Amino acid sequence: MSANWEPKIVAFFCNWCTYGAADLAGVSRMQYPPNIRVIRIPCSGRMSPKFILSAFRNGADGVWVSGCHPGDCHYLEGNYYARRKFSLFKNLIEYMGIEPGRLHFSWISSAEATKFVEVVTGVTDAVRALGPHEKFVKTNVKVA
Amino acid sequence: MSNYTDKIREISERLLKQGKVDMVIGFKKGTVPMMNEPCFVKKPEDISKLVWDSHCGINLANYLTDRKEKIGVIAKGCDSRNIVTHVIENKIKREQLFIIGVPCEGMIDRRKIASMFQTGSETEILSVAEQNGKIIVRTKDGEKTSERADLLQKNCALCVHRNPVIYDELVAEPVAEQKNIDRYADIREIEAMPPDQKWQYFDDLFSACIRCYACRNACPLCYCPTCFVDESRPQWVGKSTDPIDTKTFHFLRAYHCAGRCTDCGSCERVCPVGINMRVLTRKLEKDCFESFGWEAGLSLEQRPPLDVYKTNDPEDFIK
Ligand code: SF4
Ligand code: SF4
Ligand code: SF4
Repeated sequence: MSANWEPKIVAFFCNWCTYGAADLAGVSRMQYPPNIRVIRIPCSGRMSPKFILSAFRNGADGVWVSGCHPGDCHYLEGNYYARRKFSLFKNLIEYMGIEPGRLHFSWISSAEATKFVEVVTGVTDAVRALGPHEKFVKTNVKVA
Repeated sequence: MSNYTDKIREISERLLKQGKVDMVIGFKKGTVPMMNEPCFVKKPEDISKLVWDSHCGINLANYLTDRKEKIGVIAKGCDSRNIVTHVIENKIKREQLFIIGVPCEGMIDRRKIASMFQTGSETEILSVAEQNGKIIVRTKDGEKTSERADLLQKNCALCVHRNPVIYDELVAEPVAEQKNIDRYADIREIEAMPPDQKWQYFDDLFSACIRCYACRNACPLCYCPTCFVDESRPQWVGKSTDPIDTKTFHFLRAYHCAGRCTDCGSCERVCPVGINMRVLTRKLEKDCFESFGWEAGLSLEQRPPLDVYKTNDPEDFIK
C-alpha cells in the first residue's frame, strides 16, 4: 500500500433522504472526507446486490448504502424491504470473507447533514483502516 | 421401498385412467446404477416405467415451472416444500397438481458408495440393492455391504422435514422425523473463521467448479428467463472459471435462493465435481430463520421473507 493511498468508496444514496443530506452538507460548507463517489438511486429499495458486488469487482475499497429512516421512505416501505435484503447480503458477503468494515449501511434523512458528515467520516476511517480491497478484484485477466 | 413403487404405479394409473391428470412426473431407472431419471408418464400403459428407490434425489418441482397441464407429481418432503414455494411464487397453481406424497427416509449419496471402494480405482458399480437398512453394492470383484444410514446424502442426514408438507395422497404412513439435528455445525465453523481464512475456504471449495451450471439447472428455484450469468449489458459476472467470477456466480445464485431454498440437495447431487455449494444456501437458511423466523416452503398461507417486512426487523448493522 503506497503511503498516499486513499480509499475509494462507492456510496449509493437514495434520492429523497441521504442524497439530500449530502447536498445540505455541501451547501452548508461542511467538511468531510472526499473519498466517496456518490451514485444516486431512487430508493434504498432499488438497491440490487449486483450493484454492491459490481462496485467491489471494479475495485471499490468500500461500499456504503444509505436511505431514509424506517417510516420515512418516500415510497412508504421501500427501505423496510431493503433492510431485510441488506441484512442477508451483509451476512453472506462477510461469511465469504469480505472484512466487516468494507460494507456499510445507514439511514440519514435530508435534514441530517451533521449525521451525514459523521457517518462518511466513520465509513472512510473504517475502510482506510482495512487498506485496499483486493478480494473481489480479478487480477489474472488475460486477453487471448 | 419397492412397496412405494407399487403404490406409486397404482395411484398414477388411477389418475391417468380417470383423466384427473394429463401426466405424472416421477422417476424411471437410469442407464447406470444410482442415476434415476425424471420421467413424464402420459399413458396408463407406461406406468410400469415408474420406480421408487433411494436414488430419487432430483427435485421434481423443477419440472413444474410454468406448466399448463394437470400434473400428478411425486413429492418427497423437500420436493413438496419446493412445490409450496412454486405455488406462492405463481409458477404453478395448486389446483393443477395432484401431489403424490412420499414419506422419505433419505436418499443415497452415490459418492459415498464410490468411496466404499479404493479411491483411484475405477471400479464400476454394477448394481446397488437395499435390504433391511443395508445397502449391497456389487462390482465385478464381488459385493460390499454398508449401513444405509451411513450412506445418506449430506442434506438428507440433516433433514427435518421428511414427510411431505402438502399432498393429495400419501404412498405410505408418515415416517418419523429426525429429532435433535444440528443443521448448522459446519456453518458456525465457517462463521468463526477470520476473513482471510473464509476467503481461502471458498477459494478451495469452488476451485474445481467448471461453471457448467448443472447446480442452477437442477434447482427448482432457478427459473429466471434470463439468469444473471447470461446478462451482458451490463455483464455482472464474467464467463470464465476465474476464481473471482466463480465466486461471484455462487454468491449471487445462493443469494437469489435466500428464503426459498429447502436444502433438497439437488444442486450438490448433480454437480459433476461434487462441490458442496450448500454451505452458502444453508448460511442464508440459518440467517432467515434467526432474523425472520422463516423456514421455506412450509405453508401456502405465508409470504416469503423478502416479500414482507416487520417494522422491528433486526437493524443493528445499520448506522
Ligand atoms: S432432503 Fe429430506 S425429504 Fe428430501 S430427499 Fe433428503 S431426506 Fe428426503
Ligand atoms: S439451492 Fe440447491 S438445495 Fe436449495 S432448493 Fe435449489 S437445488 Fe435445492
Ligand atoms: S454444478 Fe458444480 S461445476 Fe457445475 S457450475 Fe455448479 S458448482 Fe460449478
